[in-house]
Amino acid sequence: MSTPPVLAVERLSLQIGGARIIDDVTLSVPEGEILGVIGPNGAGKTTLFNLVSGVLRPTAGSIRLDGRDVTTATVDARARAGLGRSFQTSNLFLGLSVLENVRLAAQAALGGAVSPFRFPRPTDAATRLAEDRLDQVGLVAHRDTLAGGLSHGDKRKLEIAMLLAADPRVILLDEPMAGVGSGDVPGLTELIRRVHRETGRTVLMVEHHMEVVLGVVDRVAVMHHGRLLACDTPEIVMADPTVQSAYLGEAV
Amino acid sequence: MSTVVLLLITGLGLGALYFLVASGLSLIYGLMGVLNFAHGSFLTLAAFLGWETARALGADSWGALAAALLVGAAAGALVAAGTELLLIRRLYERHIEQVLVTVGLALASVALFDGIWGTDPQFIRGPAWLAETTEILGARIPNNRFLLIAIAILVLLLIVLFLRFTRYGLIIRAGVENRSMVTALGIDVRRAFTVVFAIGGAAAGIGGVLASHYFGYVSPQLGGSLLIFAFIVTVIGGLGSLPGAAVASVVVAVLQQFANFYLGGTGDLVVVLLLAVVLLVRPRGLFGRAA
Repeated sequence: MSTPPVLAVERLSLQIGGARIIDDVTLSVPEGEILGVIGPNGAGKTTLFNLVSGVLRPTAGSIRLDGRDVTTATVDARARAGLGRSFQTSNLFLGLSVLENVRLAAQAALGGAVSPFRFPRPTDAATRLAEDRLDQVGLVAHRDTLAGGLSHGDKRKLEIAMLLAADPRVILLDEPMAGVGSGDVPGLTELIRRVHRETGRTVLMVEHHMEVVLGVVDRVAVMHHGRLLACDTPEIVMADPTVQSAYLGEAV
Repeated sequence: MSTVVLLLITGLGLGALYFLVASGLSLIYGLMGVLNFAHGSFLTLAAFLGWETARALGADSWGALAAALLVGAAAGALVAAGTELLLIRRLYERHIEQVLVTVGLALASVALFDGIWGTDPQFIRGPAWLAETTEILGARIPNNRFLLIAIAILVLLLIVLFLRFTRYGLIIRAGVENRSMVTALGIDVRRAFTVVFAIGGAAAGIGGVLASHYFGYVSPQLGGSLLIFAFIVTVIGGLGSLPGAAVASVVVAVLQQFANFYLGGTGDLVVVLLLAVVLLVRPRGLFGRAA
């Protein structure tokens, strides 16, 4: 590969007590790729996700973002370095308005030292950026609604708008389809595809629904018992006998 | 009738004091999960420094009172921010240690104030109007109650405006709802922690200067006694809720005044009973959000 990967995970392990929750995982994600991480329950998908986003610290190995070692960086420092994270359950501040949610992300992305007591004008950069992003996902009409009052599908759109406003180098999606009704899955899948197409950003997605992953990603990584079984295009991975036995062995 | 009016307005005045202490407690708990037992010390220190300032400028003038309030607010804000930066920050997420440090600070500071200003209450003076009374519906109301109520409402409005319309206000509201999500956006919430401590300290400082006029004296115990009721108010209103703190301050103080007068001085007991009922019926407090 000629260009260095945006995200490089090298020999990452997490050992708690005697148990290896993550066992010697090496992964590299080139710029612009959508990589899906799948695996049966308890395979370590979410733990890997938490190690990458900084919620957990690995016991061995390193994580590099854009060539910079972020293995020991805090969650907010990683976010400022370009890791945008979406939570499994909800990413939203339900007590804030739709616009305020996106503004918060925009204000984090724009950064800059601003006096805590300065009153932002309605036309300030963060608000304008927030409005643009709401427009992009089609939520402008709801800008003053409390996020808690949105429908489930609209909530997911709002999360995407927040990710867009934060404009991270790497977007981390933790089970984006969790809790979504089957009717909303195609729409959300399309939205993820569109965001990826329009921004060209790198996406690392952990997802339990295999059909969703296989339809969206460039490559797929399969986790099993904390190890990385395979990482390649969906066709090659699905044809891999070790992957098949891992899945069939623990299929529901 | 005149008694009811007197009790009501005095209760509102006392409620204003409770609110000035409880607003900071509630925001600090809401954002950081810190129970700040040192909050009363911020208040006491501000009351003493405010009184020293007023005395130096000739205690009877309005200018001296205004200067005392400014000095009290500034002292409260600085000491609170300093406490956060030097002590609380090192104990991030370690709640037992936080409680130990703030309780220790509260005990040590009372001893320090005893050493500097003596253990006896120092009776204070202010503009003559404050000590006079105004007749409303037959009740003779001490004027300092009106000042207390007006300033507490002003402080409430300023905090609400700050939370609604500033960048930090947005971060604080979001952080009260879910701190880890704010961090995940790349925002260093620790700066917001310091800001919240400073705001809470300023409100407590203003409360300290006003409390010295409400009670007529300053003493090293001033903050501690108000802090207990402010904590009760914070729990009844719902930890982390500013409107909750405002409403509960008024409810608690007015109830306390009426029980003291009509039920033979049982005000404190009634407040504790109210706390017990709220905890049983609505453990999150009147305005508390579900987890």
